[in-house]
Amino acid sequence: MAEFFNMGGYAFFVWTSYAVVAVLFTYQFLSSRAQHKKLISQLGAEAEHKIGRTNKS
Amino acid sequence: MTTESLNTSGRGKKWLWFHRFGSPAWVYGFANRWAMPIGIVALLLFVVGLYQGLIVAPPDYQMGDSYRIIFIHVPSAWLSMFSYFVMAASAGIGLVWHIKVSDLVARSIAPLGAMFTFCALVTGSLWGKPTWGTYWVWDARLTSELVLLFLFIGYIALSNAIEDRRTASRASAVLALVGVINLPIIHFSVEWWNTLHQGSTVTKLGRPSIDTRMLIPLLIMFVAFNFYFLSAVLNRLRCELLSQERRTQWVREIVHG
Repeated sequence: MAEFFNMGGYAFFVWTSYAVVAVLFTYQFLSSRAQHKKLISQLGAEAEHKIGRTNKS
Repeated sequence: MTTESLNTSGRGKKWLWFHRFGSPAWVYGFANRWAMPIGIVALLLFVVGLYQGLIVAPPDYQMGDSYRIIFIHVPSAWLSMFSYFVMAASAGIGLVWHIKVSDLVARSIAPLGAMFTFCALVTGSLWGKPTWGTYWVWDARLTSELVLLFLFIGYIALSNAIEDRRTASRASAVLALVGVINLPIIHFSVEWWNTLHQGSTVTKLGRPSIDTRMLIPLLIMFVAFNFYFLSAVLNRLRCELLSQERRTQWVREIVHG
């Protein structure tokens, strides 16, 4: 196991590369999923607000 | 439904599938349906590819374990160029035929392309240090890849800088199309100039100069990256479609439902 993490002495280069890619890919994916959810609720709230205003006037 | 109306719809069917690609509502539905399943396929492929690449594949006889960076470096570099090509083509189609969905596809790809280019540069740099003894050198391949990153950033900046939607997509489409000239420069840079960066390993004519046990994880990771890209484009595209079409009936129906 220790040998696996050591990567034949290249641990820094190998694991930093994989970490950068893993973090960016994961962040990108999750943030655009979250953005979609936010947009749906935001647009829904905006539409409701408009309907509320038209009803009052 | 009468027989007559069935016949009419049957005649129209031949072209129906093609027209759907231009319909924001249909494309939104498609992206919504497929983004997650495709993302899950990508995740499964990543797991298998990482297992094969980091555990099963043997160390290289010259580079030791540092060569394992190849499994993320080559797919990142491929996607950096492929995504630019698709972005420019899509922006070009939007420019010529005024197809809104096309512009939005290009807009969705740009940040992803910048990310892949950044990944290719960083992983390449981290591979260069133990292999060449330096993180960076102004080699033709490395420099043209850096130019690609600036092209993506320029595209994003330009399309966000102009207030008017149509002017913005027109101007940025022209930038994207002019930048296509950089793609053959990146690809052939290792042949045209005597560079530090090595030539192609896998796509070389004849036998690829790589052990099968290393080639298999590389191919799996390559497919995984492409599935990830597709899923990510669909994810971003649904956001672009919703916010651009916020005043239309189909978006209202979706946000109320």
